[in-house]
Amino acid sequence: MGEMKVLLKNVHKPNSHLLSTYKEGGGYETLKAALKMEPSQIVEEVKKSGLRGRGGAGFPTGLKWSFVPKTDAPKYLVCNADEGEPGTFKDRVIIEKDPHLLLEGIAISCYAIGAHRAYIYIRGEYEFGAQVLENAIREAEEDGCLGDRPMGHDYPIYITVHRGAGAYVCGEETALLDSLEGRRGHPRIRPPFPASKGLYQSPTVINNVETLSSVVDIIARGGDWYASLGTEKSKGTKLFSISGHVQKPGVYELVMGTPFKELIFEIAGGMRPGRNLKAVIPGGSSTPMLTADEIDIPLDYESLMEAGSMLGSGAVIVLDDTTCIVKETYRLAQFYAHESCGQCTPCREGTHWMVQILKRIVNGQGREEDLDLLLHIGDTLGGNCLCPLGDAALGPVISSVKKFRDEYLEHIKNKRCPIGG
Amino acid sequence: MIAKLCPFPLSPEGEKRIDHLLNRYPDKRSALLQVLHVVQDEHGGYLDMDCIKYVARLFGLPPAEVYSVASFYTMYNLRPVGKYLIQVCTNISCSVNGAEEIVAHIEKRLGIKRGETTPDGKFTLITVECLGSCGTPPAMMVNKEYHEQLTPEKVDKVLDACE
Repeated sequence: MGEMKVLLKNVHKPNSHLLSTYKEGGGYETLKAALKMEPSQIVEEVKKSGLRGRGGAGFPTGLKWSFVPKTDAPKYLVCNADEGEPGTFKDRVIIEKDPHLLLEGIAISCYAIGAHRAYIYIRGEYEFGAQVLENAIREAEEDGCLGDRPMGHDYPIYITVHRGAGAYVCGEETALLDSLEGRRGHPRIRPPFPASKGLYQSPTVINNVETLSSVVDIIARGGDWYASLGTEKSKGTKLFSISGHVQKPGVYELVMGTPFKELIFEIAGGMRPGRNLKAVIPGGSSTPMLTADEIDIPLDYESLMEAGSMLGSGAVIVLDDTTCIVKETYRLAQFYAHESCGQCTPCREGTHWMVQILKRIVNGQGREEDLDLLLHIGDTLGGNCLCPLGDAALGPVISSVKKFRDEYLEHIKNKRCPIGG
Repeated sequence: MIAKLCPFPLSPEGEKRIDHLLNRYPDKRSALLQVLHVVQDEHGGYLDMDCIKYVARLFGLPPAEVYSVASFYTMYNLRPVGKYLIQVCTNISCSVNGAEEIVAHIEKRLGIKRGETTPDGKFTLITVECLGSCGTPPAMMVNKEYHEQLTPEKVDKVLDACE
């Protein structure tokens, strides 16, 4: 338990982004070995490892790969680097500081699923990261690590960096595919699932940056080694990006099952002097808030689920007692209303109305029945859309109304914020 | 052809980039967002209707289709912006660490409100959603450059350096 550097083992080296640095540490040797294995063996190792999607959903990676039909049709791998969930900044570290780890992970995964082409869909704002990746691809191709004959093997692998243009919804995998095809990022109706009909209607696997980067050490050290880390159902290490009111915000890599309190109070330096913990958003802005007395739990998928929230992307947002919960909930509701693609009525209208209601509470014009109205919107919006964006919008709103009802009532009764927020 | 169709003078690098992008994907249309980025960069940071029509011709699409795509994504500016586009993140991790004070400071310094451009066309100030700088807040982008852990003094230094 505690900190362990698998994904972050290179990021503190000088010039960690260069191929020469990466190769000194044994870089691309795992790809070389992988290309001598049977693709099915790689899928088996990843299944054995227990790796689950690190973008937020936590779906078993090996299982996702095994859905790809074994036909001769062209297949694609898409790396989801559209890191946009507020509080999440973990993939940026790998992209900027250890791009070759990601590229090696992508190459191994391409081989495992039978793809020759991979696209890295990176959020438009990460232009620096996109340049780092493009330079890294050029270096790797020139050196023969990628391209026509990666590591001397007759299995061409081409990786292309594709920039987004500012739309959170494109982090949703089918919206991402539409965006990658040059359209508005509208989530698609499923089925068909991307594994059978994805990019250009071809079988496609979409995995997060951290997921694909994890594949390298899983193949190098074996699925059993990875599965020996963590808890019964949450295996390996996970990146946590912690921000908000802690003294040492940043990205930390922890073995799954590390106590939540250890992350906040020891690793991230705890609260500022004289301040107390009020609430934690544990896995990115869409995950339900936990109060200060709900975090005596380990950090793994199941424990967070049991606590009524989610591990999500591992983006921990810490709020101390100077925070007005109503104001911050209003801010997050605005985010989701802004990012709703407008395709499904419950999400388009529901996110908008939640903003209107929260706005009047913040402005001292709220009514007591507004709180039940917010909960009612949750019932009509939740689970009624093509993608999870609407449900994501509910995470902070519903949890804060339920857990901080008194603070809402104070805003309504006194017509102002008790904290001065 | 790429340069000839263009309604404004396209740099040789811009032409080269567009040509490369148009041939990069199994389906040409995939290059649409990327070409819009290049055209916007070449056209002073925004896209007008002539730019949209130009891109539509490159792709063989109706201009309305290209406009529909461009208007979906926040990074395409469909109205002129200042020489320096200042984008301050005001999402949660920045807002609990003083982002509003940063916005207020810039508004006061430039004499404009968020969403506005200075009369000399030098600066446009907008607030944006999470930039992925939550660990180093508050943060802003000035054109393509990130600036993090901002203080009013640090903001002044950045803006002083804008010519």
